Amino acid sequence: MSQLLEVSGVSVTFDGFRAINNLSFSIGPAELRAIIGPNGAGKTTFMDIVTGKTRPDEGHVLWGEMNQSLLKMSESRIAQAGIGRKFQRPTVFEDQSVRDNLMMALKKNRSPWSVLTFRPSSADMARIEELAEEIGLADQLGRKSGELSHGQKQWLEIGMLLAQEPQLLLVDEPAAGMTLAEREHTTDLLKQAAKTRAVVVVEHDMEFVRRLDCKVTVLHEGSVLAEGSLDHVTQNKDVIDVYLGR
Amino acid sequence: MTGTFLTRNPSVPIFLACLALFTLAVTMTSEAAGTGALSTSFLKTLGKTLCLCLVALAMDLVWGYTGILSLGHMAFFGIGGYMIGMWLMYARTEDIVTASMANSAIPPTEQEVVDAIGTQIFGVVGSAEFPPIWAFADSLWIQLALVVLVPGLLALVFGWLAFRSRVTGVYLSILTQAMTLALALYLFQNDSGLRGNNGLSGLQNIPGLTAVPQSQLSLWFFWASAVALGAGYLLCAWVVSGKFGSVIRGIRDDEARVRFLGYSVEGYKLFVFTLTAVIAGIAGALYYPQAGIINPAEIAPIASIYLAVWVAIGGRGRLYGAVIGAAFVSLLSTMFTGGQVPSVPLGFYTINWVDWWQVLLGLSFVLVTLFAPKGIGGLFDLISGRRAPDRHGADLGPDKGSFREQEAEQ
Amino acid sequence: MIRYLLAAFAALMLCAGVSAAQESQDGSAQVSPIQALLQEHAALIEKASRRTIEPAIAALRDSGLPEARAVLENWQAKELWQRKEDGLFFFAEEIDRSTYRLIEIDGGAPVGEYAKSDIDQLKPNSGVRGLIAAALVQFQLMDPNPAKRAEALDAIQRDPEPDHLPALLGALETETDPGIRAREERLVRLLTITYGDDEAARVEAINSFAGDLGVDARAALNPLLATRREAVAGDLPTDLNIARELKPGSEELSEAAAYSLLVDNDLAPARISAADRRAALETNIEGGRVGGVPVGQLDTEEARDRAYAALAQAGIVPPTATAADLAAALDAHVFFDRYLEPSTAITDAAEAALARMNLRVGLNQALDLTLDALSLASIYFLAAIGLAITFGVMGVINMAHGEFIMMGAYTGYVVQQIVPNYTVSILVALPLAFAVTFAAGVAMERLVIRWLYNRPLETLLATFGISIALQQLAKNIFGTQARPLTSPGWLDGALVLNDVVSISYIRIAIFVLALLFLGVFLFIMRRTRLGLEVRAVTQNPRMAASMGINPDRINMLTFGLGSGIAGIAGVAIGLYAKVTSELGSDYIVQSFMTVVVGGVGNIWGTLLGATMIGFLQKGIEWLNPSNTLAAQTYMIIFIIIFIQFRPRGIIALKGRAAGD
Repeated sequence: MSQLLEVSGVSVTFDGFRAINNLSFSIGPAELRAIIGPNGAGKTTFMDIVTGKTRPDEGHVLWGEMNQSLLKMSESRIAQAGIGRKFQRPTVFEDQSVRDNLMMALKKNRSPWSVLTFRPSSADMARIEELAEEIGLADQLGRKSGELSHGQKQWLEIGMLLAQEPQLLLVDEPAAGMTLAEREHTTDLLKQAAKTRAVVVVEHDMEFVRRLDCKVTVLHEGSVLAEGSLDHVTQNKDVIDVYLGR
Repeated sequence: MTGTFLTRNPSVPIFLACLALFTLAVTMTSEAAGTGALSTSFLKTLGKTLCLCLVALAMDLVWGYTGILSLGHMAFFGIGGYMIGMWLMYARTEDIVTASMANSAIPPTEQEVVDAIGTQIFGVVGSAEFPPIWAFADSLWIQLALVVLVPGLLALVFGWLAFRSRVTGVYLSILTQAMTLALALYLFQNDSGLRGNNGLSGLQNIPGLTAVPQSQLSLWFFWASAVALGAGYLLCAWVVSGKFGSVIRGIRDDEARVRFLGYSVEGYKLFVFTLTAVIAGIAGALYYPQAGIINPAEIAPIASIYLAVWVAIGGRGRLYGAVIGAAFVSLLSTMFTGGQVPSVPLGFYTINWVDWWQVLLGLSFVLVTLFAPKGIGGLFDLISGRRAPDRHGADLGPDKGSFREQEAEQ
Repeated sequence: MIRYLLAAFAALMLCAGVSAAQESQDGSAQVSPIQALLQEHAALIEKASRRTIEPAIAALRDSGLPEARAVLENWQAKELWQRKEDGLFFFAEEIDRSTYRLIEIDGGAPVGEYAKSDIDQLKPNSGVRGLIAAALVQFQLMDPNPAKRAEALDAIQRDPEPDHLPALLGALETETDPGIRAREERLVRLLTITYGDDEAARVEAINSFAGDLGVDARAALNPLLATRREAVAGDLPTDLNIARELKPGSEELSEAAAYSLLVDNDLAPARISAADRRAALETNIEGGRVGGVPVGQLDTEEARDRAYAALAQAGIVPPTATAADLAAALDAHVFFDRYLEPSTAITDAAEAALARMNLRVGLNQALDLTLDALSLASIYFLAAIGLAITFGVMGVINMAHGEFIMMGAYTGYVVQQIVPNYTVSILVALPLAFAVTFAAGVAMERLVIRWLYNRPLETLLATFGISIALQQLAKNIFGTQARPLTSPGWLDGALVLNDVVSISYIRIAIFVLALLFLGVFLFIMRRTRLGLEVRAVTQNPRMAASMGINPDRINMLTFGLGSGIAGIAGVAIGLYAKVTSELGSDYIVQSFMTVVVGGVGNIWGTLLGATMIGFLQKGIEWLNPSNTLAAQTYMIIFIIIFIQFRPRGIIALKGRAAGD
């Protein structure tokens, strides 16, 4: 079994509205994938399903070597199993320092008892310095994360994702509200991450997707419309209809 | 993340030093020490206040840090009081009964003694039988264990039910309030086994220590309360200082995010809820022997809301704030309702503070919520020059019930 | 035609009576028939006692003499006198304290003035008076005035006597009024059950009540099934109507109770009580020992038994049964409940009739309970609807909602102090309460709540601050004692469907009011511009604002509306509960529960929530009737468990719009 995540035949209905309709999707262990689609295509709901926030009405979501079903697991168990998620809006803990944010995300035992007695070792501190370096926040470690700029918060969140050391990263519109330079930095971070793990990026911005240079899945009305390289899908007549035809 | 626990939390040594100084000063001026500058009744008030500070600490941990506005912690406080009260009442009545029976010609059988105690205790509710919940009332050690176990278990079960079904925010507050009301109503019944609305009384008399004057006893209880408060402060500070503190504050601010980081939010909430319930139970067990009487009215939801008021006025999200708030408001409340504050004659009407204190408290509470959300503790920020950043309307995070920085609302 | 004949006959008799009286006045030796009758029973009448007087009263009653009724009535009223000189009976009227004018019973002619010492007043005791009253009933039943006859029936119903049965049967023959006739028939059947001689007739009467709901029927049947607990040696007797056999040590009959039953019936020797034994031991202490056992060792039951046995051996105290004696005695006897009614046929019929009755009573009680629950539900609905608006529509927890209810109730009270007419005052109070609480709500929204949007927990606490301030304010103004809010006269009383089902008009009015509010709310929300704007602001405030709706104004109005409804609910609640400063806080938790259970943001959810909580509370109270406090406790526990399964209430918003 070469696939890391396999979603098959999943459907979700909200009050009669079919947000996801018989969706199938799979991604390998070290792959960068972009998901594009118009508003309401079901991109965010797809992420909700994978991370356990929304339970689908039917279908299977299988994970990892063991082909575990994710549908019976709670959000925190799914996160512990190795799926990290970055939200559309930057959600970091604004009341706490950058260091505390990263420390919380660091891959460690998550049970209350071990957290209560946890005291960071020098290796942990070094790892946090290293991560901060990577996301360009090395000199901001002591600051309250609420004081960071919007882009810095996005990076901090990506840093937290990396600290979790997930096997699969789900990233929702990472480039929203960033300057050009910041975008380039973000692209580099994601590409770097995709060398060792699977990364799924949901994005509106075609330029950003082009820069990622990866396989693209187009969602429309809750199911996959087309899949392939960006050039391939932009040639697809259906995709052109959906994006431009109306 | 460097330095020792104490240097990272400067408030802890300062607080402990203040508490020690205060205890020393009170001891020196107490009647037991001979000076008598401090009346025994006021000493009791101070001792009780320390217990209230302890339960306020628990409230701060569960509300200020974890974001669960529990309106049930005074119920745990009361349960702690009931648990110790059962032993106090049983043992004291046993002393009296044995003493009176010792004069009779024939020594009493054990059953006769137990029956006589039952008649003494439950006569007011028209019963003489010991209900099953009094099974261990004759054992101090078991009742002491129950002080911890009963609130802990109740919190564990209730918390498990509530958190498991993801009840959050105001829903959870209302649910805890309902739990408190249910408990109070249950205890109000005569057949609850805890003497209905008569409650337990005579708790200030400690069995076996009848020879010790109240002035001395009060001082001992004051010391015990001070030690408990100090220990509780250390414990709470330790809990919130490390990564655990980060996680629970994270839960307060954005529960879903913490969940996606892989922490089982329910487990953490349950841990904090149960831990604070146990602290509240201990505080209650120290409080009621000083108060002398406990009845179901003490458990009514309003008491728990007052607890939230203290913490809010003191400043939540900081431990010393809770302590200051509880001490300040409860002492002020004692003064006003005790008629120690002179009435204000306005000519056409005289403001009698016994009647108007509640109005004043309610309104000042509204004012604090509106204009000083950091409470009295916020003053310390002014002194230390700490200022929160002005974020000018940045995102608030998805959780509506979370603690928010004031400037985020702009 | 027959009636005319009867009337003519009666007139004739009257004439005869008058002439007879005249005759008696002429010849004093001759006494009137009534006097003769009285003289015949003079001995009984003079020493009247309940046990012996019966023949005298019966004779008077059955004499058919026209004066009999007057004699009985006067006798009952202690206005019958006896002349000492010859023992004749007269009526009398007082002239002064010591002088009375005697009046001939027959004809009413004055006989002369007598000193009080020369005459005796007959003073029948209450038992005798009761018998006289029973006899009089027969006359009253024949009274030409239907009201009097109905009165007599009331008297019988209150206090039935065996004698009433023939009287009723007699009356039934001549009764013409259908209403009274129906009552008489029913009474005859009831009395037949209790006093009938013929077993078959009684069984028939019993069966005729099967399925009847009347309290009177149940009251007549239940005594038939009265039992007495007895014990006999050996086997179960066959000649008694036995209800059930009891085993000692079972739930109905503890061993101690069984033994004391034996002792009471002298079937077994008494067992000395622990207290008596102790006293006996105490009086027999000799040199620090009792019966050879040192006093210091007497702190166990076993040692006391030993000491007492030793005393008994020595003949100092009476012997007492030991535990072994007790067991043997219990073994040797059978215990049973037997019916006091000897006839099995009657007890069986009564059992069957009562069972069917209880079934119907149960069904009707269920109906009654349903009505009760509905009215409670409408109260909760009224109390919660305002909360549902502020909480559901605006997401604002208003802890002071209960105090708005209280304000409404006090407004009603104040209006009643000014407007004395209760109907008018209620009609004034309802809109005024709305206005007052609307204003208070708007003020609160403007001054406090709008600064705290998005901070629900702080809103909760701030409104709680307002709540305690308002409560104390009310206490300072109106005092702590309860103030009455009197409902108009036409709301007094209850709609009685039968002996089991009844519902007071106030509750019906509250139910109607609740329906009215549901209608008004739906109308405002669905059919008015305000409702449209409120819905728009609820769903997306920013979008609404950009469409030209002023969310501030909408929030203010919504809050005012919710508070105003609380005021009206206050007047309604005040009508049947006392108005105190704690009125609101009594309802606030239930109101919150209603909203939470029902589901936020949906009026139908609130309705369902109120219905559920109302029915639940009544249901639990019915299961555990002694205790409303316990009922509330269990209800809250139930709600906590309910929340487990439907955390968002009965009617929950689903999908991403729910915002969880």
